[in-house]
Amino acid sequence: MTRLGRYTLFVTLLIALLALAIGDLLLGTTDIPFSDVWATLTGGTTSSETNRIIISELRLPKIIVAMLAGMALAASGLQMQTLFRNPLAGPYVLGINSGASLGVAIFTMAAPMLGATSGTLMANMGITGMAWIGSALILLLVMFLSRKIRNINVILIIGMMLGSAISAIVGILQYIGTEESLKAFVVWTMGSVSTVTTEQLTILLPTVLVGLLLAIVVIKPLNMLLLGESYARTMGLRVARSRAIIFLSTTLLAGTVTAFCGPIGFIGLAMPHLARMTFRTSDHRVLMPASMLWGALAMVLCCLVCDLLAYGGIATFPINAVSSLLGIPVIIVVIFRNRNRK
Amino acid sequence: MIKLSDITLAFGHRELIAHASTEFTRGNLIALLGRNGTGKSTLLRAIAALGSVQGGTIEIDGRPIGTLSPTELARNIAFVNTERIEVEAMTAYELVAIGRSPYTDWMGRLTDDDHAIVEESMRMASVESLANRKVDTLSDGECQRVMIARALAQQTPIILLDEPTAFLDLPNRYELCTLLATLAHTSNRCIIFSTHELDIALTLADSIALVDTPHLTHLPTEDMIASGNIERLFLGNNVHFDTKSRSIRFKRE
Repeated sequence: MTRLGRYTLFVTLLIALLALAIGDLLLGTTDIPFSDVWATLTGGTTSSETNRIIISELRLPKIIVAMLAGMALAASGLQMQTLFRNPLAGPYVLGINSGASLGVAIFTMAAPMLGATSGTLMANMGITGMAWIGSALILLLVMFLSRKIRNINVILIIGMMLGSAISAIVGILQYIGTEESLKAFVVWTMGSVSTVTTEQLTILLPTVLVGLLLAIVVIKPLNMLLLGESYARTMGLRVARSRAIIFLSTTLLAGTVTAFCGPIGFIGLAMPHLARMTFRTSDHRVLMPASMLWGALAMVLCCLVCDLLAYGGIATFPINAVSSLLGIPVIIVVIFRNRNRK
Repeated sequence: MIKLSDITLAFGHRELIAHASTEFTRGNLIALLGRNGTGKSTLLRAIAALGSVQGGTIEIDGRPIGTLSPTELARNIAFVNTERIEVEAMTAYELVAIGRSPYTDWMGRLTDDDHAIVEESMRMASVESLANRKVDTLSDGECQRVMIARALAQQTPIILLDEPTAFLDLPNRYELCTLLATLAHTSNRCIIFSTHELDIALTLADSIALVDTPHLTHLPTEDMIASGNIERLFLGNNVHFDTKSRSIRFKRE
C-alpha cells in the first residue's frame, strides 16, 4: 500500500470516527438539536442551559472515555501480540482483565469495611490502584512463564486458566460479600463507559495518555521484536528495558480502562488485526496509530449501538456484549487466515 | 578482528569448549564444523554476546565484548540463525530495512541513505526481485537469503551465521556459500558460519574451526585436511573421509 493510500485511509477513518462521535452526541433520551451540540463543542451559546449540561457533562465525557478506552485497549493488544509473537494475544485472553477484576472485586467487597464510600476520590483511586496491581501481577506471571515455556500456545492456555481461576476466586468473594457490594461489582463487570464521572476522568485521562505515550516510545523496539528477541538484541535493542516499558504501558492502559469501564472483551485483540488487514503492513509506525484509531472507532460504534438500542426502547445492553459481538468475528477471520497459511 | 582467549563455554552444566584460544580475521570465510551438540551454536551465540561465557574473554578489535554498548555491538556483529520469520503483512524490503535499526532515530525512520543501503544489500544477496513479496510467502531458500540481506544492511565487519544451509536444497547450498565467500573476500568482512556440509566447507572456506568437545581447533583449510582431525572426527563404521576428493565416502566391502 502506498504512502498516499495509507494517509487517505487514515483520514477516512478519522472522519468516520468524528461522524460517529457527533452522531452519538445527538442521541439520547433528550432530543437536542445539532446546533446546540455544535455550540457546546465550539464554546458558543446554546438554546438552553440544560442542553449544554447534558452534552458537556454526560454525553461528551462518555464519548471521550469510549475513545480513550478503545485506543488504550488496542494499543495494549498490539504490544502484547508483538511481544509474545502471538496473533491471539491480548489483554483479555492473557488474563490481564481478570487480574484487574480480582483487584476490583477485592476492593469493592473490602472497601465498605474500610469506610470508603463509592464515588469519592479515595474509592476511585482504590479501584484504579487495585486494578493496576491485579493486572500487573498477572502480566508479570504470564511474562515469567513465557520465559520458562517457549511454546506460545501453552502460554495462552495458562492465561485462560488463570482467568478461570480468578473467576472462581471472584465467585467466592461474591458469595461472602454484601448484597450492595455484589451489585456494584456485577454492574462493573458488564462494562460501561457512561458511568465514568468527570472526576474519574481526571485520573483516567492522564494515565491513559501516559500509557499511549509509552506505546509510541516503543514503536521501534516493537518493530525489532517482530524478528524475535535474539535478532532484536543483535540489532542493538536493550531487550530488558524495552520489555519493562511495554509492560508498564500495557498495565497502565489495560489496567486503567478495566478499572473504570469494566472488562471490555476482544477490542484489544481484534483491532490490531483490523489495522494490519486494512493498512497491510507490520510496521508499528503505521500500526500503532492505526490500531488506536480503529480502537476508538470500534468503541464509539459500540457506544452508538448501545445508545440506539436504548433510544429505541429495545434494551439497555452492557457495552461488553456489544464489543464481543463486534470483535469475535474479526478473531475468527484471523484464526482461519493463520490456519490456511500453514 | 575477533580474538578468543582461553574461553570456556557450557550448555547448562555440560562443558562444551574448554580453554580455547584463537583469532578470526577480516577477509576470511570461516566454517565452523563439529558433530551435533558439540557447541557450534553456543560458540556463535557467545561471540554475538547472546550467551554467557564461563571463562576467558572474547574481544572485538581489542575490546572485550562485555564493554561494548548494544549499539556498538550491533554495528560490529550481525547474526543470522535458522529461525523462520513468520510475520503477517511484512514485505521482504521491510524486513531488510529493520537491519538498519542500529543507525536509525528513535522512531526507526529511514533516510535516503538508509534506503540506498537496503537496496544495495538486497542486490548483494540477489533478493532485489523479492522486495515487495510478503515474507510468509517466501520459500526457505528465499527467506534465508533475505535474512542475509538484513544482516548486510546492518553494515557490520563481522557476520555470524548458524547453519545457514540447513533447510536448503543442494544447488541453493552451494549458491549461498559462494555468496558468503564473495562477501568475505570482496568487502573484507569476517564471516563465520556453522555447517554440516563438509564438502562445501572444505571447498569454499578459507579456514576451518573444528569443535571436538572440549577442544576447538582452528586451522587454514589445507592444514586442517592435512592434520587428520576431520578424518578422526567423522570416522564411523560405514563412512570414512577421503582426503583426495575431500568428501565422505561409504566404505565398500
